[in-house]
Amino acid sequence: MKVVKRYFWVIIFVLFSTGSLLLGFEPGELIYRNFTQFLLELVAFLPLMFLLVGLFDVWVPKEAIEKHIGGRSGFAGAFWVILLAMLQAGPLYAAFPVAYLLSKKGASVRNIFIYIGAFSCLKLPLLTFEVSFLGWRFMLLRSLFTLPLFIVIGLIMERVLGQGYKVKAG
Amino acid sequence: MALLILFTVVCLAVSLVVDQRKTMTGVKRGLDMFLNVLPALLAILALVSVALYLVPEPLIIEFLGRRSGVLGVLIAAAVGAIALIPPFIAFPLANILHSKGVSYSVVAVFVTSLIMVGFVTLPLEIRYFGKKAALLRNALSLIAAIIIGGLIGLFL
Repeated sequence: MKVVKRYFWVIIFVLFSTGSLLLGFEPGELIYRNFTQFLLELVAFLPLMFLLVGLFDVWVPKEAIEKHIGGRSGFAGAFWVILLAMLQAGPLYAAFPVAYLLSKKGASVRNIFIYIGAFSCLKLPLLTFEVSFLGWRFMLLRSLFTLPLFIVIGLIMERVLGQGYKVKAG
Repeated sequence: MALLILFTVVCLAVSLVVDQRKTMTGVKRGLDMFLNVLPALLAILALVSVALYLVPEPLIIEFLGRRSGVLGVLIAAAVGAIALIPPFIAFPLANILHSKGVSYSVVAVFVTSLIMVGFVTLPLEIRYFGKKAALLRNALSLIAAIIIGGLIGLFL
């Protein structure tokens, strides 16, 4: 019963899609096709991401994270989170569990949001895509302008939320 | 993608060799977190699929294509914030927009808002970050997107 309740909307959607496919209801079929595309992306990235987050959780000591990207880490800390974000792939929501873990292990509030910013704007798979469709100049300029802006966002977030702020497990 | 798989497999293998029990704890923790957000995530994806159907690409192109200036920038920011379009569709779309005469600064606002601001994924973001932080991050990112558009407009 609990499962039914948790997956209520998903079940409704599955029924709607199945019905649409059976009856040939075209809008339903198109929506279903959109959904499978998103689902593929989810299936491709998230289980691996969570697996890594779980392993990271048991292996990486809190002291290490605190030291390198904690409250007193300064520019080096920002550099590390940006590098980490750039090497990743996937939709923005894949960054949330990582942010939770970084927060749990003692990363500063500023660095958590710098990480989110870098993940959304500067990850390498995204940049390669951007170059091929909009060109080098556009990609470089956008990245150049984005970088200081999400660092400022990180600073504002820390100021507003306070240093004791923690990301939840979701 | 292949790199991510390889990296995960290597990490898992090394972890298993060093300490099996610790590895199992880690895998279980990851799995628990995954299963915990899965229902919310699937529901949001369903919602996004409906939204994408109601506002298809041609409509977005037409919508952004006819406008320029400040209004164009604001509309681009709003559409980018609401839509959840993966990059493999978003960048080709941005390319089409530009070839239809939409300025680089509007394209930049659209792309930046699209990747930084997530209106439909907000419920998910709130689960992790809380309401205040999630709303603030999205609002600030929206402002950033508009600033970036302005700056790009000065150079391209």
